[in-house]
Amino acid sequence: MNPAASLPAEPRTWRRFTPAQRAARFSVYFVIVAAIVASARTVEVIPEFLYDAPEQMQDLFRRMWPIAFYHYAGGVHEALVDTLHIASLGTILAVVMAVPIGLLAANNVTPNKVVNYFAKLLLVSSRSVNSLVWALLFVAVFGPGALAGTLAIAFRSIGFVGKLLGEALEESNAGPIEALKAAGAPWSSILAKGYWPQVEPSFWSVVLFRWDINVRESAVLGLVGAGGIGMALDTAMNLFQWDRVAMVLFSIFCVVVVAEIVVTQIRKRVI
Amino acid sequence: MTEGIATALSIRNLDKEYTRGKPVLRAITLAIGATGITAIIGPSGTGKSTLIRCINRLVEPTSGEIVFQGQDLVKLDRRALRLARRQIGMVFQEYNLVERLTVMENLLCGRLGYVAPLKAWLRKYPQGDIDRAFSLLDTVGLAGFANQRADSLSGGQRQRVGIARAIMQEPKLLLADEPTSSLDPKTSVEIMELIGRVCRDSGRGNAIPVIINMHDVELAKRFADRIIGMSDGRIVYDGAPAGLTDAMLKTVYGGEAWLQ
Repeated sequence: MNPAASLPAEPRTWRRFTPAQRAARFSVYFVIVAAIVASARTVEVIPEFLYDAPEQMQDLFRRMWPIAFYHYAGGVHEALVDTLHIASLGTILAVVMAVPIGLLAANNVTPNKVVNYFAKLLLVSSRSVNSLVWALLFVAVFGPGALAGTLAIAFRSIGFVGKLLGEALEESNAGPIEALKAAGAPWSSILAKGYWPQVEPSFWSVVLFRWDINVRESAVLGLVGAGGIGMALDTAMNLFQWDRVAMVLFSIFCVVVVAEIVVTQIRKRVI
Repeated sequence: MTEGIATALSIRNLDKEYTRGKPVLRAITLAIGATGITAIIGPSGTGKSTLIRCINRLVEPTSGEIVFQGQDLVKLDRRALRLARRQIGMVFQEYNLVERLTVMENLLCGRLGYVAPLKAWLRKYPQGDIDRAFSLLDTVGLAGFANQRADSLSGGQRQRVGIARAIMQEPKLLLADEPTSSLDPKTSVEIMELIGRVCRDSGRGNAIPVIINMHDVELAKRFADRIIGMSDGRIVYDGAPAGLTDAMLKTVYGGEAWLQ
């Protein structure tokens, strides 16, 4: 008989977390609650505007209806195509710049902590600036138009694509890499035959997802003069032509839906 | 040289410490003949894998000498090491195939040390390599599998691809790290038979030596020409399978209850 079993049962306690962990968890919850309370106090809601909001909404929708479909051929179509071009060209440009940075950011591909941090710094700085701010910068440099929009999209996307590509690389299975190394494959062949096949599905997924985001973002860029459909939106809003605003919003909606369908279909096929 | 011409690989005073002061391999000295299967057995964590990975420097040795084809592998710079690795095939426990590539491309991966990167990227492999891959697929019993993706294969089939990939290198030495540990007993025997077959005739009529890590003692006794027992980073047995008595196994693994 097992000697331990014959001993009088002393109650054995079990706790998932140590007291220090419990204190840490409590303080996280506390900070969250405190933040909500603090922000609710800081945000000053003006009651007058809040009370008649439903009326205002109704009014807005009434002005938007019927949608000015006639406006599409004359004022929306060209801007919409511009927007798609800005999004696509911006994404391609971003990928070209993000791939080398992503390779440098992945520790298993580039086993040098200093280079990794430097690459990550580049990626973070790209992401820390909003597309609209990038657009303002590039409008100041290159003047208003599609070029500024394209560069804004590209620079904002580098951080996104580079970060996710770097992470995909770091998550790739080390086994095949080891096997290719053992076979005496040169570095570039290990990249092409060991890493690339492993990250290929996530690469395409990330690029397509970013393109999808960029279609939506480039629709807004026109508000700061960076070309595309945002400019048509801006004009219509400034002239209080709400039916035309509705037309613009509706066409953006359609493009986003179509983009979503296309992206899903392609993603299914690359995995 | 005292080893003479029949020595393919000679290891002298090989030490390995992953963390300072905690040696995993202690002064391993070992000469491997020009043919035959050498099995390394020993308890988990005793450094079998480390030893085999030190040979092609997937793990960097701390000190010692590993002489292969007249050069000390430990001293080679990166480029020379890469060229030396082309001569050493390796088979892994987890197969280590590139899962999303086809069987044929996995075999051709064994040629990456010889094919220019751009040609490999464009899949312009020499016809000779492709012919050889097809004939190796016949040898390992995977004829007709060339265009299947590696991730659609069973464990045994994957290991066959792994072996074929290693043989594609036309190696002068084959290392195998627990090649059967993820396989069922029947498949394990088939894989061991295959390894025996390819090392007796690696395709060009020449036999090559094989070093295999194993934890299945019976399988090692059955297929190996020579057995090396390791314990605590040292070689405690080196000889014929027949000499591996229960007393010896006790020295290697410790304990005795498992021997019944």
